[in-house]
Amino acid sequence: MWRITEQDLKDLAVGAAFLGTGGGGDPYIGRLMVQAALDAGKSVTILDPSEVADDALVIPTAMMGAPTVLVEKIPSGEEAVASLRKLEAHLGRKAFATMPIECGGINSTIPLVVGALTGLPVVDADGMGRAFPELQMETFSVLGVRSSPMVVTNEYGDNALIEARDDKFVEWLSRGVTIRMGGAAYIAEYAMSGVDVKRTAVPNTISLGVKIGRCLREAKKNHKNPIETLLEMLPETLYSYGRVIWRGKVVDVRRETKMGWALGYAKIEGVDEWRGTMEIQIQNENLIARVDGKVRAIVPDLICIMEAETAEPITTEYLRYGQRVVVVSVAVPPIMRTPEALEVFGPKGFRIDEPYTPIEQLA
Amino acid sequence: MRIGIDVGGTNTDAVLMDGLDVLGWRKTPTTPDVGSGIMTVLRELLAATKVSAGEIKAVMIGTTHFTNAIVERRRLVEVAAVRLGLPATRSLPPLTDWPSDLAAAVGRHRYMLRGGNEFDGREIAPLDERGLREAAQDIKRKNVTAAAISSVFSPVTAEMEQRAASILAEEVPGIRLSLSHEIGRIGFLERENATIMNACLVDLAFAVVSSFRRALEELKIEAPFFISQNDGTLMAPQHVERYPVLTFASGPTNSMRGAALLAGLKEAMVVDIGGTTSDVGMLMHGFPREAAVSVDIGGVRTNFRMPDVLAIGLGGGSLVRDEGARIGPDSVGYELTKRALVFGGDELTTTDIVVAAGLEDIGDRSRVKHLSKGVIKTALETIHRMADTAVDRMKTSAAPLPVILVGGGAILVSEKLPSASEVVRPPHSSVANAIGAAVAQVGGEVDRVFAVEGSSRDAVLDIAKREAAERAVAAGAERSSVKIVDVEDVPLAYLPGNATRIRVKAVGDLLIQ
Repeated sequence: MWRITEQDLKDLAVGAAFLGTGGGGDPYIGRLMVQAALDAGKSVTILDPSEVADDALVIPTAMMGAPTVLVEKIPSGEEAVASLRKLEAHLGRKAFATMPIECGGINSTIPLVVGALTGLPVVDADGMGRAFPELQMETFSVLGVRSSPMVVTNEYGDNALIEARDDKFVEWLSRGVTIRMGGAAYIAEYAMSGVDVKRTAVPNTISLGVKIGRCLREAKKNHKNPIETLLEMLPETLYSYGRVIWRGKVVDVRRETKMGWALGYAKIEGVDEWRGTMEIQIQNENLIARVDGKVRAIVPDLICIMEAETAEPITTEYLRYGQRVVVVSVAVPPIMRTPEALEVFGPKGFRIDEPYTPIEQLA
Repeated sequence: MRIGIDVGGTNTDAVLMDGLDVLGWRKTPTTPDVGSGIMTVLRELLAATKVSAGEIKAVMIGTTHFTNAIVERRRLVEVAAVRLGLPATRSLPPLTDWPSDLAAAVGRHRYMLRGGNEFDGREIAPLDERGLREAAQDIKRKNVTAAAISSVFSPVTAEMEQRAASILAEEVPGIRLSLSHEIGRIGFLERENATIMNACLVDLAFAVVSSFRRALEELKIEAPFFISQNDGTLMAPQHVERYPVLTFASGPTNSMRGAALLAGLKEAMVVDIGGTTSDVGMLMHGFPREAAVSVDIGGVRTNFRMPDVLAIGLGGGSLVRDEGARIGPDSVGYELTKRALVFGGDELTTTDIVVAAGLEDIGDRSRVKHLSKGVIKTALETIHRMADTAVDRMKTSAAPLPVILVGGGAILVSEKLPSASEVVRPPHSSVANAIGAAVAQVGGEVDRVFAVEGSSRDAVLDIAKREAAERAVAAGAERSSVKIVDVEDVPLAYLPGNATRIRVKAVGDLLIQ
């Protein structure tokens, strides 16, 4: 058990952008909301999954929708709490804690807002282990926890309780509700017991985000190479393997929207011993990296594009010609690499016609 | 003939131009009251060029005065920050994440009311007119004389801000109003921040504009005058009185535009080499390419249209180390003429290298005779590699572009740069800023979310282009000269109707008389 500090929040914003692998939305607004709560004397307690009793009820919370809307239509702050309360009422049980469903991007911070406002502890775990674009792309779902009943709430407290036949259809229905609510809404879903948290969640991903941010910050302060320092730190975590898969210069970026997806690619011309051009295919997040048609890293393993000098993670919307970048790929934990998991958020989940090969075997 | 003036923190420069020809220029120290410095420089300029006041057709002024006022927290008025967006946005009230001294300087008068729109123009809530009238009474009681009105998604539809403005004007006669949709783009907190900053500068804006006016009257210059804004276009004085914040960062913009004119190029890279750093930017259609990311001003996050400039630690005073393999980022800066070897100092700087190489004859050449050929060669290679890498990084495509070198440190680059098609060193480059002001045009911009579905992308772009062109004409451009200079469309994820954020910028020549 530990309490989030102002410095942790700043580090988490950087680490969550790394885990966002190009997507997930800027955690800036979420960070400010938590900071405002800390300034008002509130606190956020983080619990290790092992500290959650087997029969305790955990209700994860999140933002759903377009990050571009969120930066304009700032939340009232009560939406996610209202979703959680409504789901409690529906279940007839009080939540013991909340938890992220997604540790990459803005959704690393929403449960912290809920924790600060309600006093509920936040479980240090999530169901994506990174950022993904759809709600069924969760280890929770893969391992049999259902996303519904789910509650979607807007700034008025208007809400929809959704119960549907499977998690994919929950995603479909709630996406429609979210658009009616203005393109960004706040949800509570995947209510589960402590046993299921321990069985189905990717553990310690909030502290991982904080660690990544802290590691990069301290390396820079001590004039060490931040990316190397980060890769050396990873074996202490569940994300035990990572390496630089490319260095170069962005020479082309394309983006378009189809069916609500931000699709596109980035081409990175290699420098020094990195001969050739890497092409990274993007669907909200960075999905697959190829050089001359040969796969160098593939979803769900993390593909992070970082600014070569500052080691800042670069999100898709800020990718630009001329940036000097380092591409890092990191192995996701085994729970995200089972055949069942890969069926949902491996290459197949994104209709990519490539087999999944772990980053360790792509050297 | 036109006069361009650059009022910087240190110097006030003025340049007289006939069409695109530079007829003469002068530099004087900037004065605290601004106006008397302008008078001095203009008097000298007119005397030196023997031109009479009556021959001047327009005066263009670029100034960093307002940026400095925010940075130094000087002469700011208290502001009523009126936000329309409840029940959304409540979690982060106005002035969140502001440095506390600046928040205190503008007073913490925050009014959050029902209102605002969704991304597609629907209302979040109808405008709370009663609440606004009550707020107005409170504003009156507190004797607050300026207000900033920010409504959610006002770049999509501005009606609610306009309605709120007319109510406040009615309830608080004489209040000075700043509306967010006229100042910033999508990104609520950043736009609201800029609007509040604008509102706190309105008194200063009136004072500065009238000191400009008085200076010109004193010299019997009856020509209209304009002030340049951060995208390199012009604003009429009465517009600056309302929107001083739009002058932020006009300095680097004017410098790049001036460089473009001096070199006669519209598509080029500009490298402005000073004593400590080099600023590298890209000109597209004669305008600096703008940065996509948010910028901090005086510690506050904003989303202004700022030129995308990369600063690297390469200047005429940069220290040379490791046998020439490492240069900067530290520099002797303005102490160059004391601390560099050729000036009798004991630091090896880039200026010493170009003197030792026989490329320039500055200071005492004999003091760098001992430098080995190897060091000189390595250092020159390092200098060129740094400049070349920065240029290449700021380009938007691999095609080579000409590079325009300006600034006092331009002597450092003597050879070709691999990423450049050619290297141009124009004359008068020390007053590129004032020249950029003198040649500024008038612009209009649109930045909104459009639904592309059910219509073609081209049709929607056409609507946006027409709107931008109309805005340029409304701002004073001659209609036949208006051109679209920048189009950017960014599709938004997770929204229906292929929602696309479209930015279009149009510019035209200033209509004189």
